[in-house]
Amino acid sequence: MLELLWLVVALPLSGFVILATLGRRLPRAVATVIGVGSVGLSAALVIGTGLEFLSSVQSSASFTQHLWTWFQVGRFEASVALRLDALSLVMIFVVTFVGFLIHLYSSEFMADDEGYSRFFAYMNLFVASMLLLVLGENLLLLYLGWEGVGLCSYLLIGFWYRDPANGSAARKAFIVTRIGDTAMAIALFILVYQFGTLSIPRILERAPEVYAVGSGIAVAIAALLLGGAVGKSAQLPLQTWLPDAMAGPTPVSALIHAATMVTAGVYLIARMHTVFELAPVVQMMVAVIGTATMIISGFSALTQHDIKRVLAYSTIGQIGYMFLGLGVGAYAAAMFHFMTHAFFKALLFLGAGVLIMCLHHEHDMFKMGGMRKYFPVTFWTFLIGGGALAAVPLVTAGFYSKDAILWYTWSSDKGNGWLWLFGLIGAFITALYTFRMIFITFFGRAKAKPNHSPGMRTQLPLVVLAVLSVVAGFVYLPETMGHFTPFADLLHTVVPAVPMEHVAFSTELQFQIGTALVPLLGILLAYLMYIREPWAAKNLAKDRPRAGIYRFWQSGWGFDWVYDRLFVRPYYYAARVNRRDVIDALYTLLARITQGLNILLGWSQTGRVRTYAAGIALGVVVMIAIMVFA
Amino acid sequence: MADIPVEHGLLVSVIMFSIGLIGLLVRRNIIFMLLSIEIMFNAAGLAFIVGSTRWIQPDGQVMFMFILAMAAAEVAIGLALVLAIYRGFNTLDADRASRMQG
Repeated sequence: MLELLWLVVALPLSGFVILATLGRRLPRAVATVIGVGSVGLSAALVIGTGLEFLSSVQSSASFTQHLWTWFQVGRFEASVALRLDALSLVMIFVVTFVGFLIHLYSSEFMADDEGYSRFFAYMNLFVASMLLLVLGENLLLLYLGWEGVGLCSYLLIGFWYRDPANGSAARKAFIVTRIGDTAMAIALFILVYQFGTLSIPRILERAPEVYAVGSGIAVAIAALLLGGAVGKSAQLPLQTWLPDAMAGPTPVSALIHAATMVTAGVYLIARMHTVFELAPVVQMMVAVIGTATMIISGFSALTQHDIKRVLAYSTIGQIGYMFLGLGVGAYAAAMFHFMTHAFFKALLFLGAGVLIMCLHHEHDMFKMGGMRKYFPVTFWTFLIGGGALAAVPLVTAGFYSKDAILWYTWSSDKGNGWLWLFGLIGAFITALYTFRMIFITFFGRAKAKPNHSPGMRTQLPLVVLAVLSVVAGFVYLPETMGHFTPFADLLHTVVPAVPMEHVAFSTELQFQIGTALVPLLGILLAYLMYIREPWAAKNLAKDRPRAGIYRFWQSGWGFDWVYDRLFVRPYYYAARVNRRDVIDALYTLLARITQGLNILLGWSQTGRVRTYAAGIALGVVVMIAIMVFA
Repeated sequence: MADIPVEHGLLVSVIMFSIGLIGLLVRRNIIFMLLSIEIMFNAAGLAFIVGSTRWIQPDGQVMFMFILAMAAAEVAIGLALVLAIYRGFNTLDADRASRMQG
């Protein structure tokens, strides 16, 4: 079964190839079977291989499947090899399983779209790229998947390409992430130069011998890798592309946010954790960036009107939590949050997609309201997903993962009280904006009527994801609640455990009660502001200074404005100034000179034999003269 | 034979070559141009013969045989071209067959 690992990647890839080449000619039913089925089969294979991997392979082991040698240049060899270990197992499970549910959902969501098979072709390629990214044994394959994911995000965000706004959102996502990718590529060049190989296990093995802790080159590599992760995972300062990426169809947003793309950065840091441990400064930066992103995106999410933009900012914030976890060395907790986040964020996006689909593509929450009556299944599942996002204590998976990260932020040797405090504030804001969204959308007076009710294929994924959003939390229970930690034990075969001194049981309990109460406070405030006193929130943003702050937050803290002034406009300006292309003038000159010479030589072509003969005679005379006299 | 100095032989050769070259450049009739080329060939051949006699080496004579063979081949092709030009342009004036000017 383990030998079939390559099929996990090959199945979605072949789905893409078939749909991309024959897509137009296939009937929709066949396209659905290929598009959804390839990912479904892949998910089934992952469960099969995963079970065998867990039962047969001992701890700290991994399974490597060498497929073929990609190319060989001098001593450098790039092989196409897949590597399965605990970390990649968790990733491929989430990618294929959540990916499959999203594909299933899309088959109804996109049913009336003219680009149906094109959509599934891109989605399959997206999943295949992400699988390659996490399964790649060396950083080159990882980079191939990394770029593939970037390409697919571009194709899918701009899927409805007839609207120029979608196209520019797609370009923005592509260009902004490309900035991070460039940093990452430079990191890879340095690694090749230093180690002569890109094989991840070999680099991780040798890095501690080659570099001292905190040595300049290790810091440079870690910082450049962090640059790549920041771009892909939409963290400060490259987070601006994600809210605009909402231009794509809703299942795409779900796929980007839950299973593929944005979690790639988290995976990269967890995968290269040894390098980051060698650069404590950069690891601290990971935590700080995560925390800052979480706070900034939280305030932005509070002021959005578009339901998908609220979710987009919440994703940025939750990834911030993962970065915080990675930064303090709590890799298992970060991956745990990645998994639970994938479940509840996919659920939330798909739930929002149901509303959008049934309300004539209406995105504005303030034009919905009272949707509880029309969509009972969606409402309850959305409530569970929202509860998990807000980390409602004990009953949701989000609580356990967020609690683990916050607890380790405080107790880890690398963490500190400030990070913990901001994390807690972030949790409060998360709860506030999540339930603001739920209360505005599902409660109150209905302002729109749905044109049809959602079908089976959209409701089933919601229910499955809702169950997972609750159950997935129980695989990593903290010490205060039975200390049942199979998830962490599994991951600790790959990543180190959190470095910390033993803390008293009662201290942990106190902190947990704190983390449990904060979201409840947030929900209470949301209830007071949006259910009890609906005008309170409106009045709050009415006056002069507060309205300004509201708009400032709504626009994402003015990052777009700053980047527009700082980079985009100067670039446009330079392009306008350089319309005649200064550098090209040099080459035009070259062409002109050649043309002149041609005309000159053309004159000598009289067509008369006698002139030619005279020329030859003259040439001979000159040559003889040179030979004789020189 | 040995009485004739080398300089005289070479002088005759140079004069013949010059006559041939001037003829080639001056005459417009293709047949006369071909004749001039033959004269130049023979001038070169004479120079070879003179050289081979001077140093008593057979190489120059061998070269002359080559030149003879080449001249024969050249005349065959040259006359064929002359016929073709005459058919195409109805004239033997080389300057009027100048359609290949650049």
